[in-house]
Amino acid sequence: MFDASSNALTVSRSGFTAKSLGGGRRFALQGRKDTLEGVAKAFGLAEAPAMLQSASAGDCTLLRLAPQELFIIAGEAGLPEAVTTYLGTVPNSLVEVSERQVGWTLEGERLRDTLAALSPLDLRTKSFPVGTATRTLFGKADGMLWRTDENSFHLEVWRSFAPYMVAMMDAAALDASW
Amino acid sequence: MLLIRCPYCGERAEVEFSNGGEAHIDRPADPMSLSAEEWAQFLYMRDNPKGLIAERWRHAHGCNRFFNAIRDTRTDRFVVTYEIGQPRPDVTPEQAAEAAR
Amino acid sequence: MSRSFRVPGRGRVNTRRPVRFTFDGRSIEGFEGDTLASALLATGTHLMGRSFKYHRPRGPISAGSDEPNAIVAVGSGPALQTPNLVATQVEIYDGLTAQSQNRFPCLQFDMGAVNNLASPLLPSGFYYKTFMWPRNFWTKVYEPIIRRSAGLGVAPTAPDPDHYAFQYTFCDVLVAGAGPSGLAAALAAAKAGAEVMIADETAEFGGSLLFDRASRIDGLQTADWVERTVTELKAMPNVRMFTRTTVFNYGPHNMVALNQRMTDHLGTPDPATPRERLWQVRAKQVVIASGAIERPLVFEGNDRPGVMLASAALTFLNRYGVACGRRAVIATADDSAYRVALDLIEAGVTVAAIVDIRPKPDSELFRKVKAAGITVLTNSTVQRAHGSQRIHSVELAPVLPGGDVGEGKNYRCDLLLMSGGWTPSLHLFSQSKGKVIYDADLDTYLPGESAQAERSTGSCRGLYDLGEVLADGLKIGTEAAKDAGCDGEIDLPLWEVTTDAIGRGGFTGALPRRGKGLTAMAFVDYQNDVTAKDVKLAVREGFRSIEHIKRYTTTGMATDQGKTSNLNALGIASSALGRPKQQIGLTTFRAPYTPVTFGAFSGHERGNEFDPDRRTPIDPWARTKGAVFEDVSLWRRARYFPQPGEDMDAAVARECLAVRKSVGIFDATTLGKIEVVGPDAAEFMNRMYVNAWTKLGVGKCRYGLMCRENGFVYDDGVVGRIAPDRFHVTTTTGGAAGVLNMMEDYLQTEWQDLDVWLTSTSEEWAVIAVQGPKAREVLAPLVDGLDISHKTMPHMSVVEGTIGGIPMRLFRVSFSGELGFEVNVPTSRALEVWERIWEAGKPHNMTPYGTETMHVLRAEKGYIIVGQETDGTATPDDAGCGWAVSKLKKDFVGKRSLALPAMQDPDRYQLVGLYTEAPQEVLEEGVQLVANSNEVIPMNKIGHVTSSYHSATLGRSIALAMVSGGRARMGQTLYVPMEDRMIPVTVTSPVFYDAEGARLNV
Repeated sequence: MFDASSNALTVSRSGFTAKSLGGGRRFALQGRKDTLEGVAKAFGLAEAPAMLQSASAGDCTLLRLAPQELFIIAGEAGLPEAVTTYLGTVPNSLVEVSERQVGWTLEGERLRDTLAALSPLDLRTKSFPVGTATRTLFGKADGMLWRTDENSFHLEVWRSFAPYMVAMMDAAALDASW
Repeated sequence: MLLIRCPYCGERAEVEFSNGGEAHIDRPADPMSLSAEEWAQFLYMRDNPKGLIAERWRHAHGCNRFFNAIRDTRTDRFVVTYEIGQPRPDVTPEQAAEAAR
Repeated sequence: MSRSFRVPGRGRVNTRRPVRFTFDGRSIEGFEGDTLASALLATGTHLMGRSFKYHRPRGPISAGSDEPNAIVAVGSGPALQTPNLVATQVEIYDGLTAQSQNRFPCLQFDMGAVNNLASPLLPSGFYYKTFMWPRNFWTKVYEPIIRRSAGLGVAPTAPDPDHYAFQYTFCDVLVAGAGPSGLAAALAAAKAGAEVMIADETAEFGGSLLFDRASRIDGLQTADWVERTVTELKAMPNVRMFTRTTVFNYGPHNMVALNQRMTDHLGTPDPATPRERLWQVRAKQVVIASGAIERPLVFEGNDRPGVMLASAALTFLNRYGVACGRRAVIATADDSAYRVALDLIEAGVTVAAIVDIRPKPDSELFRKVKAAGITVLTNSTVQRAHGSQRIHSVELAPVLPGGDVGEGKNYRCDLLLMSGGWTPSLHLFSQSKGKVIYDADLDTYLPGESAQAERSTGSCRGLYDLGEVLADGLKIGTEAAKDAGCDGEIDLPLWEVTTDAIGRGGFTGALPRRGKGLTAMAFVDYQNDVTAKDVKLAVREGFRSIEHIKRYTTTGMATDQGKTSNLNALGIASSALGRPKQQIGLTTFRAPYTPVTFGAFSGHERGNEFDPDRRTPIDPWARTKGAVFEDVSLWRRARYFPQPGEDMDAAVARECLAVRKSVGIFDATTLGKIEVVGPDAAEFMNRMYVNAWTKLGVGKCRYGLMCRENGFVYDDGVVGRIAPDRFHVTTTTGGAAGVLNMMEDYLQTEWQDLDVWLTSTSEEWAVIAVQGPKAREVLAPLVDGLDISHKTMPHMSVVEGTIGGIPMRLFRVSFSGELGFEVNVPTSRALEVWERIWEAGKPHNMTPYGTETMHVLRAEKGYIIVGQETDGTATPDDAGCGWAVSKLKKDFVGKRSLALPAMQDPDRYQLVGLYTEAPQEVLEEGVQLVANSNEVIPMNKIGHVTSSYHSATLGRSIALAMVSGGRARMGQTLYVPMEDRMIPVTVTSPVFYDAEGARLNV
């Protein structure tokens, strides 16, 4: 049983691990379509990632979570200067949310079964290929899920939901082995 | 659990959504110019059809966008979902029959 | 004696593995593979339960999930007993304990059976008719008695120690049922490349093929063919197979629920194994292969132990190796029972006679039976089965021309098998919203047009010939795969099938009988004890619709969902109404197909995993300080910090005084926060809030009040302007999600022209409130040189800076009425900052306080809490916040409604303060107020108390109330009517302390 009072916010079960993500910053960037395209160019990308797609630029990853929103996973240095410069010239909303979320790297051969205990998403590779990112519901917690590899996901939830999420993943991973 | 096609994210399970009531009821541009009766009409009066309804949905636990849908209230079958701001699409008799089935 | 009804060489149980269990305390031996029912029948025991209403002795009539009688409790102890299981599904293991139900003191002698003698007094509608009056008898007398006698088994009283798994999954083709048609369909779909799931409710795949000894497929015994097919399926990577798994609900959009029982058949399961798993399957296509259920015949005594369905006896014989009796009589309306006769004879059971209601049965099987020398009475019926706890004889009688029944003859027997033909199992099809259609040829209902992506195959759509069933399975499986988008080349098997030729047959309704039979107990619905005359009585009393008849008589409403009874009830209603069956229709089948435990439904949602337990970063600190917590929406918040020996009142009084006299520290992290950003941010705020925002300068704050479009207060919070295009909006803890939702709603659907966007920052910032006259002295040294003097940072201002190098948004705001600051810092650094402030506060005797003190402090100042003072019918003016409403703005959400005449009514409930006459009397929150203490009941309510506390600051009690025309009642005496007295109160201003606000502006 997960103990909410401990700080061990990881899961390690046979066939499923959730390792805490280290560091990095997060930005929620919203704007009209042209602005998002402009930002992508400032990142050095040909175009903004399509809906539910992701793209990497330097040490930043852009997740298109909504038509008007790019969620940016950045390194400690934050956003490239070209990006902030560009954003100074167009209407947009850039809000740092580095503290809002915590997350895990999820791995293991029972990964899909474990997540399927919590989420109604169809995570078969044909429906949710590598590179796909979305917000969804895990039990009663909103989460942001990004498939980084066939058997590896990046999951973030709002900070106060982390103990719940870990407890749920731990229980689901145990069940998934039966 | 219904399967609902978000115009932005594709088909997702109902738990990700919340229903927002009847669609295509525009907020009056100048509410203060309305009579009390007209305002009450806007505020409170809604259709409750047995059959096709155009209604708002919000992909609350996904992209968080509102969109509109045409659904048959008898069968919970969706005819179409579409973006906010688009006019209510025409429903062909065939589509209506399929939704009613 | 223990195994005397075992038939050597028959059955699939493992006779080398004896299993010992107890039933009602009696130790019994069965074999691995037995069900509780088969193991008991092997000892000659038919009596397994008492009926629900009349407490009649009952034995199993079926061998499967359709069993209505043999209902037992398994396990023992307050947590582990599972009531209401059917003995025909319970698999035995070493150490299993089972008890019969619905009897006292024991199964053989049951006091409740007196109801049976009183049965003429318990007709349908008995409860409706009897417990009408006197009215006050209902709660005191009738209801307790009815409640005690209602229900089947006894629910466990202690928490369930088991755990239950849950999983969503997806597939191309889901096959419900693994009998011949299901297996064939799964094989065809899998070969086409579809992702296939196939589930069967029993312990083994194969369905009827597990007890069909007569047929051959490709020259194989049917059970061997099953083994070959299952092996082939299991080897395919695109197939998932589930035994002990019931497809119990067919929901909308092809979401189908399965209940997998994982450990109930094991004596000592690994405790880590989930007991059950609930699957929610989104299937592109569903194949329903749910089979058919044999119909009982309705005659007097058809519920006596020893009377059972012919197919059940065949199943017990061939699947479990148990002969259900020594000397059988078979009553049938269908050819399939003749096969049962042949198998019984082969196993050494005497078949005393076969009675066939049909005038001229004629089939190969019929001729075989005649050739075997068995007495067959055609055009004849069962008049009555004799015996109480076990039948000993049965009266068979000819049906006379004109429909009457002639003189009969008694046949000695200990087993009476009945077959009224087959009822296709339409439950899942009906749940899928498909309309059933009456088939006159088969005299039953069949699946009509599909409402969802679904197909029925095999006997559940009226096919009974094994060759036809298998071919149909292949065809349906192929079509399902194709419609799921899998149309690979399929090399379909061609199976050679030899089987009994089955002719037409079947009977619905009550068998003809001699005499009027007003006292005859001929059961239609065994589980709910509904007899043929109950259904007739309902019709006689005027019920016409089958749905009404069902509810009045309760036929088909038991946990078995009318599996064995629906069609017979329909037949009886049809003849009583004089209308053909197809004009009457079937009642709706409800999910679940068979009962599902609460454990399976709740899954992980219990204990720690029921709800997220949201904690702030200050939570560990508060716990070390002995805080008492309370739940506020999903958050856990410190309510007060008691010192040794203090109760809540003492702690709160001390905390309040500390804040008023010196300084307190409070965790306000749970406040909702929204960053409103964009060139149109101020315009957006103008439209959303009742306040005006355009002139709010950067670095300033304002109390924001939000209405819904109906003009009633929805939420409130302080809003700071961080930049011309950036607002830091706060909301109430519980309102955070709703406010963001409402803002997004207007932004996305009404004002798409605005360039403004919303981001939740609730968990980005932790909030540390430092409140009290010494607040500035505590903070000033910590904020890295920031000037927070009253002059540069007056009340209601905000500044960005750092605190010990940590980024900070510092608000000068107060919800206590004292000089106050709210320090917003990144969540992960909050504890660090808190501890730093705590250290700096020690010289000032800084006191941590919780939500209870926060509530008292704000009430002393007359600050409302949305949802406490307001209830969804209060306007800003009602709540005393009319000053916040902009008079200049042309429009905002709620403005038009606020201008409606009703909103100006002087008698509206308005926020006021109340003083009790006795200063130490603290009113109960929620109590009503009246103007005249001498009024007769019912008194006219003119308001209610919304908040009530003892104020240590004022040394007396205070209360806030919403009172009709309250502001015009200053100084009036009102009354709080309590059960035993009237409490007089005086109306006063809601601001009890520092009305001029001097303490804020220092």
